[in-house]
Amino acid sequence: MACPSRDPTGRPPIAGSCPSRLEDFLSSTEGPADTSGLTRDEVAHLARLARLAVTDDELDVLAGQLEVILGAVASVGEVAADDIPPMSHAVPLENVFRADERRPGLSQQQALAGAPAAEDGRFRVPRILGEEA
Amino acid sequence: MSAPTLVDFDEVVERFDPTLGLEVHVELNTNTKMFCGCPTEFGAEPNTQVCPVCLGLPGALPVVNRTAVESAIRIGLALNCSIAPWGRFARKNYFYPDMPKNFQTSQYDEPIAVDGWLDVELEDGSTVRVEIERAHMEEDTGKSLHVGGATGRIHGAEYSLLDYNRAGVPLIEIVTKTIPGTGARAPEVARAYVTALRDLLRALGVSDVRMEQGSLRCDVNLSLAPKGSGELGTRTETKNVNSLRSVERAVRHEMSRQAGVLLDGGAIVQETRHFEEQGGTTRAGRRKETSEDYRYFPEPDLTPIAPSAAWVEELRATLPELPWERRRRITGEWGLSPEELRDLVNAGALDLVEATVAAGAPAGEARSWWVAYLSQQANTRGVELAALPITPEQVARVIALVGSGELNNKLARQVVDGVLAGEGSPDDVVAARGLVVVSDEGALVAAVDEALAAQPDVVEKIRGGKVQAAGAIVGAVMKATGGKADAKRVRELILERA
Amino acid sequence: MDELTRLTAAELAERIRTREVSAVEVTRAHLDRIAAVDDTVHAFLHVAGESALESASLVDASLDAGTAPASPLAGVPLALKDVFTTTDMPTTAGSRILEGWRPPYDATVTSRLRAAGITILGKTNMDEFAMGSSTEYSAYGPTRNPWDTARVPGGSGGGSAASLAAFEAPLAIGTDTGGSIRQPAAFTGTVGVKPTYGGVSRYGLIACASSLDQAGPCARTVLDAALLHEVIGGYDPMDSTSIDAPVPSVVEAARSGATGDLTGVRVGVVREMGGEGYQPGVQASYEAALRRLEKLGAELVEVSCPHFQYGMAAYYLILPSEVSSNLARFDAMRYGLRVDSGAGAEEVMAATREAGFGPEVKRRIILGTYALSAGYYDAYYGQAQKVRTLIARDFAAAYAKADVLVSPTTPTTAFPIGEKVDDPLAMYLNDLATIPTNLAGTAGISVPTGLADGLPVGLQVMAPALGEAAMYRVAAAYEAARDAEDGGPLIHRVPEVTA
Repeated sequence: MACPSRDPTGRPPIAGSCPSRLEDFLSSTEGPADTSGLTRDEVAHLARLARLAVTDDELDVLAGQLEVILGAVASVGEVAADDIPPMSHAVPLENVFRADERRPGLSQQQALAGAPAAEDGRFRVPRILGEEA
Repeated sequence: MSAPTLVDFDEVVERFDPTLGLEVHVELNTNTKMFCGCPTEFGAEPNTQVCPVCLGLPGALPVVNRTAVESAIRIGLALNCSIAPWGRFARKNYFYPDMPKNFQTSQYDEPIAVDGWLDVELEDGSTVRVEIERAHMEEDTGKSLHVGGATGRIHGAEYSLLDYNRAGVPLIEIVTKTIPGTGARAPEVARAYVTALRDLLRALGVSDVRMEQGSLRCDVNLSLAPKGSGELGTRTETKNVNSLRSVERAVRHEMSRQAGVLLDGGAIVQETRHFEEQGGTTRAGRRKETSEDYRYFPEPDLTPIAPSAAWVEELRATLPELPWERRRRITGEWGLSPEELRDLVNAGALDLVEATVAAGAPAGEARSWWVAYLSQQANTRGVELAALPITPEQVARVIALVGSGELNNKLARQVVDGVLAGEGSPDDVVAARGLVVVSDEGALVAAVDEALAAQPDVVEKIRGGKVQAAGAIVGAVMKATGGKADAKRVRELILERA
Repeated sequence: MDELTRLTAAELAERIRTREVSAVEVTRAHLDRIAAVDDTVHAFLHVAGESALESASLVDASLDAGTAPASPLAGVPLALKDVFTTTDMPTTAGSRILEGWRPPYDATVTSRLRAAGITILGKTNMDEFAMGSSTEYSAYGPTRNPWDTARVPGGSGGGSAASLAAFEAPLAIGTDTGGSIRQPAAFTGTVGVKPTYGGVSRYGLIACASSLDQAGPCARTVLDAALLHEVIGGYDPMDSTSIDAPVPSVVEAARSGATGDLTGVRVGVVREMGGEGYQPGVQASYEAALRRLEKLGAELVEVSCPHFQYGMAAYYLILPSEVSSNLARFDAMRYGLRVDSGAGAEEVMAATREAGFGPEVKRRIILGTYALSAGYYDAYYGQAQKVRTLIARDFAAAYAKADVLVSPTTPTTAFPIGEKVDDPLAMYLNDLATIPTNLAGTAGISVPTGLADGLPVGLQVMAPALGEAAMYRVAAAYEAARDAEDGGPLIHRVPEVTA
């Protein structure tokens, strides 16, 4: 979709196809955060961290898209919020506990029913390269 | 990489100052896991103690085990820590097949207990105060079995088999601050710390603390700095240290190894190493391709934990007498030297003696029975002292019978033998075997006179002031009475009548 | 079309209770309807005809035996979003990575539906892992909007909303992370409710973003939504974030609201929502709705929520961050797809996730991985959480002046399939007006106001946490007035679906 707010001719937004909030959303690419934009290598690194074997073509597309999205979300940096406590939970609950009592769980058969592979009552997985646990 | 040159330990401590840091993971002995109602028992059939939560199935959600939180707070209090008034669990994100959600739920960022200490007693009776940085709650991982490799080890394996029974078992990680200035005693301090911590956790009743089953695990951090430099060197972290002895050996080996690298002009790599039980060495773990970035963030599925002061005090009131408090009390009450106390502890007799004292026996005799005669019996039978088929109450009864003169020491041992042989209580054995001291004064006097008459030469010696010669007469009287005489009274009579 | 499928859930429940019709007949009518139109609409990923009929016959047997109905909705069929676990049906969350997965446990919502005697017709289509606003990001193909099958029904719960608009089901369940219930409701001329965070259990709801996700009722009338809300709502010890308080009396509120008097109710008009940038037809319909509320006796007060403009940015940092962690468990080890490349576990994980996740999911995972990375956390995730606090404070200030807040549910009406699928930002803007409610953990409902260019428009009514009663009351009053003036429910003007 051609979005007028990114149109260099500066035409006004067309109502209905591209709300002006989009302009707000996008204009924040000029915000104070210097973190916008990701190189192709950075995206590749993130994909490795996230265990995604992305293709080279995907990397190109993702790098471009992420740059646009990051530019937009960087507007959070415009808000002066140094003394504002972060909100990690949507409900003000604390100390939610359960009693140390057993509950019925799954049988071995149920546990393994969805497994791609199983052997001797255990999940069979490809060889693990890494530290010994 | 070429094999490292190991430097002789004496040389290491001559040229370097070691700095220790110890991370201990303790599995709690709660009925259920940290975040779900599955059992935590060791040794069950694979994947039979699992549910959607600890298997990380889509949609499942965690709920915190209250008892685990209480155990964590009690551990924190016992370690003289401050209890955080508010804290959240975080997610530690990394992929590993033994971790069902591919993140570990951990209080890493906001630990429940911080800034404490534990006084650790060394062999020579001196004490080292180990500062505690924090104790925090987290969850254990599953267990993998590596198949197809020659040794069952991860390297060379064709595939792995996973059992998630252990996944989600509550863990408390207890982390020390750096422990400087231990010098040549670093291996001993490390071992003594883990020992003291184990005893503490056992006294609290919060964990099975069985290193061989993995319910207590230790990671050893060690660095060296040039002697007297006051610097902090690069550290290594050695994992898989699964016994008290291994803790000591791992420290000793790392000191020698690191010194070798440094003296060869090399640099220590900050890395994770693994302790090899055979040989007592450490080897480097696999280097990660990508740097670790755990992307911690507050766990949105769990609410913050905010222990009220009242709750913390309530828990403080449940703390049992802690090992060092008990030691202080016992040495005071029983008049023991630290060495004597240590002998008791080493013999595994402390609880038994204490129970015997509680049953009315004087401390000295209680201690003597357990450390001497009963320890010999345990040795002979090849069992732990506590496993002998005699109770502290029974031992106290025997001591009481001796105290009242109804038994002498020899008879008392026979009574104990009878109890150990399953003949019933001490009183049963006394009755059945007829083991009572001869208290008929007339009969005793007659036996003494008879013995004196038979050995006039000895009588002469006694009369000449050689009181110790009376022993020969005592022996004769005891023999004559079948050992049932009160030796003390016999001696008195001999001296009277000689 | 069978007349039974045109009835509301309340009407169906009444006829079943009085034995005028059997639950089996009602279920069969809906299964027939699904068979007739779902090839076109594609609201369902899985239709469970047999088990639905079986469950309906159990309701019939129980009622025939003289037992009281298990709930006010006993025997009424329902379409369940495929993001809730069900032991007797596959559960995919719209993703290839879970294709064919049969969970060994029921979600709490699923259990409560079953216990209420509600028959589950099947599982509805959705954007993969509830990420999207059009249902085009489903791995199993898009759902079509019954109002115009060339257009999207909204998302992520497009399947649930479309099933209602196509008369395939009288009730549905959705989940709303940033608008996934309300925006599809607006696009399809139906009613959708995002309850207070913690009001409905998330146990067994496959997580998108844990701190934002909330399950809620979807229906064709406000009363039906309220009836369903009371069935699924309430405390669940399996969800730590579940609120241990009684479910607000939303049925009573909906019934009393329907009498049409809003005297004394303060309706806050959010200055920052609506107006410039909103599609003219949407804006016009919204303004007409405000006048209608005023006519019902409501007092309109203008409120300002200055930080709402940052809601979108905060949301698109918090959501991907939580997503990146929540979706890490899909790794080919224990369940779901495994692409066995013959290599080690790490490679198999990466190959499986690459093949099993769609482009939008991958985008958000990478974005979230970045936002949580050391060095960027404070600037992104941390800062977004602070903005979240400010948005919650804006709400608190507004609710000090008003009992409920209103806005258009969406900036636009339903858009053509394919229009925004490759433009993530344009897609994200659909949720501009719905996101703040998720960030604050408060409640919202979308009710149809009318048509703009032949497509439905929704009015969003928002309420503070656990303030759903006021929200249902206003929505029901509005609905009653609109239906009366407009000669019947808007939904009855939906064109007949043709192949």
